Amino acid sequence: MPLADARARVPELVIVPFDPVLDQAWLDRLAQGCTRYTPLVALDAPDGLILDITGCTHLFDGEAGLIDDIDSRLTRLGMTLRHALGPTADAARALARYQMLPAPDEASAIRRLPVAALELEAEAATALVRAGLKTIGDLAARPTANIAARFGADAATALRRLLGDAPSPLDPRTTPPPVVAERRFAEPVASMPHATQILTELVGEAIADLGERGKGGRHFRATFFRSDGLARSIAVETGHPTRDNGLVMRLFAERMDALRDPLDPGFGFDMMRLAVPRLEPLAATQLKLEGGAVRAATEGAAMAELVDRLATRIGRGGVRKFAAADTHIPEQAQLALPAIDAPPPTPWPVPEPGEPPLRPFYLFDPPQVIEVIAEVPDGPPHRFRWRRATHAIRRYEGPERIASEWWRRKDNAGLTRDYYRVEDDRGRRYWLFRHGLYDEKPDPRWYIHGLFA
Amino acid sequence: MRESSQPLAGLRQRIARLAATGGPESRPAEGWLATGHGAFDAAFGGGLMVGRCHEFFAADALDGASAAAFAALLALRTPGQTPLLWLRTVDAGRRTGHIYAPGIAELGGDPGRLLLIETADPKMLLACANDAVRCAGSAAVIVESWGKFPLLDLTAGRRLTLGARDAGTTLLMLRLNAAPTPSVAETRWNIVAAPSHALAADAPGAPAFDLELLRWRGGPAGTHWRLDWDKDEQAFRDTALSGAVLPLAARRAIHPLGAEAA
Repeated sequence: MPLADARARVPELVIVPFDPVLDQAWLDRLAQGCTRYTPLVALDAPDGLILDITGCTHLFDGEAGLIDDIDSRLTRLGMTLRHALGPTADAARALARYQMLPAPDEASAIRRLPVAALELEAEAATALVRAGLKTIGDLAARPTANIAARFGADAATALRRLLGDAPSPLDPRTTPPPVVAERRFAEPVASMPHATQILTELVGEAIADLGERGKGGRHFRATFFRSDGLARSIAVETGHPTRDNGLVMRLFAERMDALRDPLDPGFGFDMMRLAVPRLEPLAATQLKLEGGAVRAATEGAAMAELVDRLATRIGRGGVRKFAAADTHIPEQAQLALPAIDAPPPTPWPVPEPGEPPLRPFYLFDPPQVIEVIAEVPDGPPHRFRWRRATHAIRRYEGPERIASEWWRRKDNAGLTRDYYRVEDDRGRRYWLFRHGLYDEKPDPRWYIHGLFA
Repeated sequence: MRESSQPLAGLRQRIARLAATGGPESRPAEGWLATGHGAFDAAFGGGLMVGRCHEFFAADALDGASAAAFAALLALRTPGQTPLLWLRTVDAGRRTGHIYAPGIAELGGDPGRLLLIETADPKMLLACANDAVRCAGSAAVIVESWGKFPLLDLTAGRRLTLGARDAGTTLLMLRLNAAPTPSVAETRWNIVAAPSHALAADAPGAPAFDLELLRWRGGPAGTHWRLDWDKDEQAFRDTALSGAVLPLAARRAIHPLGAEAA
């Protein structure tokens, strides 16, 4: 029906543009909220969630209690829910999406599903219906080999998965973390100071668990489950494995201060969980008899903590270390890696003694276009114009010819660059290049690529 | 009046006590960032004092690379593997260029010591700088800013300086494209690129710096220095044959190609 017709029939119609990205984000938030029931939550885009509730139902007084809980929370969020339980993920999914008729038990419910539940391609589905096979039960009564021969191997596989004869593995949104501490509250916690206090206790519990395993955490994730069914996660990372309660709490405080959209308890949190998804070995610290660690905190530890704190505040990409990359292309010769990942030190090329620096101190990436007066085709530049100022070149060295990495390209092409180190009349040193030789390109352009000290 | 005079007297006593002990300003420095240039270091009692704030101005944006390289080389000259913290805003890469590690390696420094901290805005830059100077164990903390930095008023500068003094870190403020303003820095420099000593075939030579001492808390200002960076010795040197540049220029005007002048 065209929109104009719909509006004519229902004048108070609310029209919202379709936004699949927002829908996906919302589904993800719902999935995160559902981790209160089970850690294994899988997305069934665009509008479904699959929960593996094996061994989780007793917390809610059985399956019915769990479904009531999900139903009431999601209904409060304005969602319309269709749900089903099944022995396998595929069966539960098909029951939730296609069940029309009531059935006494799960097995017969699956058999009464229409063949559309197999979600085959339109051609195969039509062929099934034309053959008089309307329900899964009709199909299951036939030999699988015949089905595969007539309707394709996909139909046979889908059928076997639906009936539970073939495995239908779940792809959970996140894998369950190795260390988890969580707390559920009878009365929702509505104040942030109280929530922070509980977070401190949870961090203490998780760290005690880590200590028993001889591990330290590199990544801590706190999830706050609101009573309305939504959840919000806050994560902090450290550059080295840690079991320092104070450090983790300082990082959490830093993270919460830096949140653009502050943590809102709403009507209160009814559950909090602290997960440690990433562990690394960390030996126990020897304590002195009179108290205090034998090895005092070194300056290296202070620096590591600074890196953690700044990375928590400005993002892990904000604090970086340099690593060398093996290439001739100047702008690709360095990698700036997050310092929190503690990249191993790489060897740098040793400069030739007695030579001036051949690479600039500051590099423009991308290079900036300049206007150059130079001899054609291979002469050095005499004068160039950059950022509305003209620079007369007094000294130059070059060209240093750097070919493109043709072996990385499919067409084995790419322009050669001729680099010149130049000094202008006021003593400033620049790195200029002509992008392309005159044989390669009719009118190659000049660029400034860097500034020397 | 008697009520108010009591605290006043207390304050006077405190001031007298501070004056007697010399106050926090007189705490001796734990060392110097030396340039390796004998006369330069001797003039300042060993180099630029550790645990203080030093400002490097590049009044012209084009001299930014010189000022930055001078500060970086000064810090990377120190032995050991202590990191050099370099704080800048994310838009600095577009304005003055990205810090190029192979270029630092070419100057003889170890780029692996560099810890680059890029913040979204100057406000966060100042906040991170405050944390960075309070962390002992760095070769130096370089804070690079562009243009007028109104957030860095006397109070903010004082806070940074106190943090650096308490932790014993050296703060090198890199003020690109900015005019010198009053501050609490120990020394304040204006750095300009100097013409290098030409190599064979009139090629640009080793980095050369023109330094002007604008202010020094410990003595007279106004001295000028011209230093060359000698990467093999890892030290600053006198510019060799600095007078030789002028005749070359005159000859170049006649023979614009200039290659045969050498």
